[in-house]
Amino acid sequence: MTTAARLPWGHLQNRAQRFDVERVRADFPILGQTVHGHKLVYLDNAATSHKPKVVLDAILHYYQCDNANIHRGVHYLSERATEEYEAARNTVQAFLHAGRASEIIFVRSTTEAINLVAQTYGRVHVGRGDEVLITAMEHHSNIVPWQLLCEEKQAKLRVAPINDRGELILEELEALLGTRTKIVAIGHVSNALGTVNPVDDIVRLAHQKNIPVLVDGAQAVPHMAVNVQELDCDFYAFSSHKVYGPTGIGALYGKAALLDQMPPYQGGGDMISSVTFEKTVYNKVPHKFEAGTPHMAGAVGLRAAIEYLDRLGLDAIAAYEHELLGYATEKVSALPGVRLIGTARQKAGVLSFVMDGVHPHDIGTILDQEGIAIRTGHHCAQPVMERFGVDATARASVSFYNTKEEIDRLVGGIQKVREVFG
Amino acid sequence: MADLRDLYQEVILEHSKAPRNYREVKTADRKAEGYNPLCGDRFTVYLQMEGDRIRDIAFQGSGCAISKASASMMTQSLKGKTRSEAKELFERFHEVVTGRARANGDSPDLGKLAVFSGVSEFPTRVKCAVLAWHTFEAALEGKQESVSTEG
Repeated sequence: MTTAARLPWGHLQNRAQRFDVERVRADFPILGQTVHGHKLVYLDNAATSHKPKVVLDAILHYYQCDNANIHRGVHYLSERATEEYEAARNTVQAFLHAGRASEIIFVRSTTEAINLVAQTYGRVHVGRGDEVLITAMEHHSNIVPWQLLCEEKQAKLRVAPINDRGELILEELEALLGTRTKIVAIGHVSNALGTVNPVDDIVRLAHQKNIPVLVDGAQAVPHMAVNVQELDCDFYAFSSHKVYGPTGIGALYGKAALLDQMPPYQGGGDMISSVTFEKTVYNKVPHKFEAGTPHMAGAVGLRAAIEYLDRLGLDAIAAYEHELLGYATEKVSALPGVRLIGTARQKAGVLSFVMDGVHPHDIGTILDQEGIAIRTGHHCAQPVMERFGVDATARASVSFYNTKEEIDRLVGGIQKVREVFG
Repeated sequence: MADLRDLYQEVILEHSKAPRNYREVKTADRKAEGYNPLCGDRFTVYLQMEGDRIRDIAFQGSGCAISKASASMMTQSLKGKTRSEAKELFERFHEVVTGRARANGDSPDLGKLAVFSGVSEFPTRVKCAVLAWHTFEAALEGKQESVSTEG
């Protein structure tokens, strides 16, 4: 099995036991605080992760020592800032195991990355009567950009169904891959259910019919090592803020052959080679897709976050989190009147649940009073809620800085909810 | 510090489990839908007017304990009220749940609805408490569009 989508948990057990969580927690200044009189338990990591001090320091250092506009000035600071920014690109390249740094485009977020592909690759290749294929477990950010495209082009959005565990039904997806399918867009890990999708299988099936595949990796990169060349996907998108970096920056990987052919996304400075009022020649990739002054400090912060993860080791992180999620799943599902939403055999990070007779919003408020932060609502995945016949869920999402004691606090909090509601 | 017991008072929990006037009014001359896109709460409020007076009011839908209890107690409080009495009551209620007025003293007319004063300590839950009221107001004014807590 050469897949990066399937995690070889078994042989990582020993590493999980060696993971020093207390030492790791000391790296995150925000975790030490008290909320409503209780020590904070942060279990909303799928919404956004906290930042280790090295990331905060890197951003401060950038502004204090290196700040200037990039790719423009001949002066010393501009050169330094450009070096820092491009070094961050190299770090992201290595993080995703992309073949070239020019295949990494800095964007604001996963959302912007998907919109970029829909509005460039999509607008060129998707025409009237064509189809875009997604799955029933997508985040709104991997639905709406394609709906906009399909509406404009009079194309059709097709949706591959999921089973009662929240797993993609691969045969159904395969059956939906047709001659009119122009692109497949799938989440690597579901934000609402935690399901890990078999991206390599999906890519193989799509490529048999010469259909490119975009992977929304927002919920995957915090939890597992990703190798875009092994996955052989055509596009891969993620956000910095979910992977311990700053908000406002993310990255899109695209295969060089595709990026070269794609028209620009936004027009402006930095994305051009020359401009006259008659004709503009666009810059080469990746700069063609990076109009305007980018979020340099964000890129520097993201680099620091990735380097931090590398030091901890993504395999060690994956093993520790897998054990923690297993512990949480066991404890929470044992509580009377609690039902898990999303019980896929391959999961990462997320524990979604509902309680008999209690709305998730009330669960969230009561847990908050206990100092426990979870997300409640539809998690920007309303079709998933509909699939499971619920209005909303309560979602606890774990990080490597969470502990079994914190899971015990969550369990105590849920018992408190039961006490209040009887 | 905010206390959970201020928010989840016995009366509120009781109404959320067994909401009153939870039905469709077949003869309703007005109805409106209210929606909170952040948490998915969704209610329909039915109104039957008799001249300027609310002859019957009922609701259906799904939501959290606060929104459901608020809708239930609202229907009890509004039955028989005139249009202007109803609007005044909503204004008082709104002042109390947003913490601009205290339930006792400042709002003597609030009656049983004073149990919602604890909501003011939980700013994220104010929208839950007022959703049914906004929906009622939309029905009263004959608005066709669904009201939303956002935008």
